[in-house]
Amino acid sequence: MNIIVCAKQVIDVSEMKVDPNTKKPILQGVPQKISDIDKNALEEAIKIKEKLGGKITVVTIGPADAKERIKELLAMGADEGVLVPPPEKFDYYVISNLLAGAIKNIGEYDIILCGEASIDMFSGQAGPRLAGLLGIPQITYAQSVNAEKDKVTADRNMGDNAVTTESSYPVLITVTKEINEPRLPSLMQILGAANKPINELSAESLESGLTSKVEMLELKGVSMERKNIVYKNDIDESISKLVDSLAKEGVLR
Amino acid sequence: MVLVYSDDKKITFELLNKGSEIAKELGEKLTAVIIGKIDESLSQEYISYGADDVFVSETDIDTFKAEEYANYFENIIKETKSEIIIIGSNKNGKELASRLAGRLDVGCIIDCTNIYLKDNKLTSERVVYSGNAIAVEQFNSKPAIVTVPSKVFDPLPKDEKRKGEIIKKKFEIEKSASKILKVQEMKSEGVNVEDAEIIVSCGRGFKNKEDIKMIQDLADAIKGRTVGCSRPIAADLKWLSEDHWIGLSGHKVKPKLYIAAGISGQIQHIAGMRDSGIIVAINKDPEALIFKSADYGIVGDLYEVLPKLISAVKEKIG
Repeated sequence: MNIIVCAKQVIDVSEMKVDPNTKKPILQGVPQKISDIDKNALEEAIKIKEKLGGKITVVTIGPADAKERIKELLAMGADEGVLVPPPEKFDYYVISNLLAGAIKNIGEYDIILCGEASIDMFSGQAGPRLAGLLGIPQITYAQSVNAEKDKVTADRNMGDNAVTTESSYPVLITVTKEINEPRLPSLMQILGAANKPINELSAESLESGLTSKVEMLELKGVSMERKNIVYKNDIDESISKLVDSLAKEGVLR
Repeated sequence: MVLVYSDDKKITFELLNKGSEIAKELGEKLTAVIIGKIDESLSQEYISYGADDVFVSETDIDTFKAEEYANYFENIIKETKSEIIIIGSNKNGKELASRLAGRLDVGCIIDCTNIYLKDNKLTSERVVYSGNAIAVEQFNSKPAIVTVPSKVFDPLPKDEKRKGEIIKKKFEIEKSASKILKVQEMKSEGVNVEDAEIIVSCGRGFKNKEDIKMIQDLADAIKGRTVGCSRPIAADLKWLSEDHWIGLSGHKVKPKLYIAAGISGQIQHIAGMRDSGIIVAINKDPEALIFKSADYGIVGDLYEVLPKLISAVKEKIG
């Protein structure tokens, strides 16, 4: 089974600060990590490999420093990494074409696994968009996956309905956070990962002259101003103050 | 032409309002799309809510597969020469729009909280970084595909006198290699947190499933009756069904009063409730993140606070 996992490096949103004056988010200096749900995608890939054998290649479209993050994925159990730095300006059109280019470069594949969405942008566009571009079936929002030799079945959370879908290979599957618990690599695995290859490719070598179809005009801040009145002493007194305050706010009737 | 589509007709009604505004500004027609059997009454309803005409892509296929629906849309867009496609942002809609964008290799923006024309170009706003910022983005190419969630726009008042054409067309499409084996309605407790005016929510601070009754009691006392929860309660422990789940991957809510008990305040949860009127937090950890997003907070053990709060509320409002 040749399995490809698409993984994105994102900023750790919980560490993000907002400039108190402009209310704009400060993106510089925020720690980077692999988007959580992409780790679930890799975990699922490892489970499939354990069952059916094969090879796992991780593809990341990201800056050169994402190499360190790819090493974490190699330690978890991926066999190879591919890193493609995007052009200065990019959108989902550019990213999906670079992913498709990198995947064609890898060659034969049976399953492409992605997280349902990245935790920074939370669009969920990259997976199904890539499936469309490659012209292969897609199974989205998988909560459990059962891969067999010549077909795969998945239970999907589609909001109002639970849908079970089956597909032959090749297929692209996006997984939810609930599908599994990503493993933590052992020290041996971390050390072993240093010997696994990371293939760095240039965007130009895959697809030349890609320019965005969507342009970011502005990143506006969101003001979240709350009263932050916290009662922390005597519980009975706290409760009576809270109930009085809520009554004054007109939300108790 | 501007196209509007959702498999949820309530969302279609809402999108028709914004769609007609944009179509008028561009001097174009607004077309609602139906994929399925010819449905005269639904078509007429779409016209009553603002569509200039309705395009019915006739098919016997009755289960949704993004691969096949995207294929229908490729044909519809070619046939109608549409340049703006607005799709309802439920899960089907999002995977359809994304795949379609890949098929056509065009620009696409998911989950827009506003769309408008700026310098005659389609421009959108959407919430990013778990609710900490809004990205304002603009299409510099056509066709442009956007998805918009429910309740972003209000529908126009229904005008049954409006007239419009119903265009019917059958396309031969490529069948997908995937098969739908089973469709089952999600286990639901019939809760609609998105419409609730008062929500009392529980999180990982609860030790047992039975203890959630305290949340229900508080909700009843406060005459809110709607119980919400954070991710672990619905997704991991499954103590409540997913219709209670509030957060980035759950429901987004904006009640007048939101009470969070035993919820630490992970950014993903905040993203689902940050637009609430008054936010109250109860948590035993004075450093819990939830207090930063709250108007009022009580630092204390919820097992002590909740019973006392329930009696105090009952006393106050009877």
